[in-house]
Amino acid sequence: MSAQIDRTGIKIGMWLFLYSEIILFGGLFVLYAAYLHRYPEFFAEGGKELNRIIGTVNTVVLLISSFTVAASITAIQRNNKKQTVGLLLFSIFCGVIFLVNKYFEWGAKIHHDIYPNSETLVSGEPGLNIFFGLYYVITGLHGLHVIIGMILLSVSLVFVLQDKVNAERFSMLDNSGLYWHLVDLIWIFVFPLFYLVL
Amino acid sequence: MDNTEKPHVLSFTQLGMVLGILLVLTAVTVGVSYVHLGFLNIPIALTIASTKVTFVLLFFMHLKYEGRIINISFLSTVGVLVILIGFTFWDVAYR
Repeated sequence: MSAQIDRTGIKIGMWLFLYSEIILFGGLFVLYAAYLHRYPEFFAEGGKELNRIIGTVNTVVLLISSFTVAASITAIQRNNKKQTVGLLLFSIFCGVIFLVNKYFEWGAKIHHDIYPNSETLVSGEPGLNIFFGLYYVITGLHGLHVIIGMILLSVSLVFVLQDKVNAERFSMLDNSGLYWHLVDLIWIFVFPLFYLVL
Repeated sequence: MDNTEKPHVLSFTQLGMVLGILLVLTAVTVGVSYVHLGFLNIPIALTIASTKVTFVLLFFMHLKYEGRIINISFLSTVGVLVILIGFTFWDVAYR
């Protein structure tokens, strides 16, 4: 603890990584834009197949969890360990709810024979095949990020409990929080593009 | 660069207000999607999404309180993204 902590340096490192994530998802959104232009009517048809209620619930769940993660950083800065732990546990729980919803959503689609390389999609309209292909790739990659975010938050939680993360030194929690917010940012675009297209 | 400066702490009330705004905007975007405006639906949905993202970035991700380096590099990334998506879409749309 005697060495000085370079908070700005640590943050810049995290942001550089986040930029690469933004460009990664940006590339997928380029594909979405190009194919939406080519098959607008099938994208609308595919969008109607998706469950808007689950989509909206998941949006709300992620927004609330983003708030509790941000609040947990405020709590640790105020040296309130108990509050930090509670808020982090709740945030991780929100991640679980999100994934359970996703499980039911994908399960229902797969049950209706809508999944990559399924008979319905391969022999059906190419526009629908591409829409659901993008849906599985983008929400799948996003889901993977949710899982990684939950792992990072859990590690931070353990560090908070061990007092390795404290009011003086909370970059681990801060950066995990940034990652979690990024997951939220991506979902904010995924939600209208897939669930609300007309 | 000054690293000894104490980081800015956002109060629970401020964060709660941001969450409130985000939830209201979510309700608006879901509501608007039921109104058929044809082509306009997509730009409207994207504008609302961009507004939400701005709130998350500024307050939850603390960009409002970061130094120059992070702000400039973030805006550069957004610039690259705009070129990537904009030019590709332009090419596809007007080919």
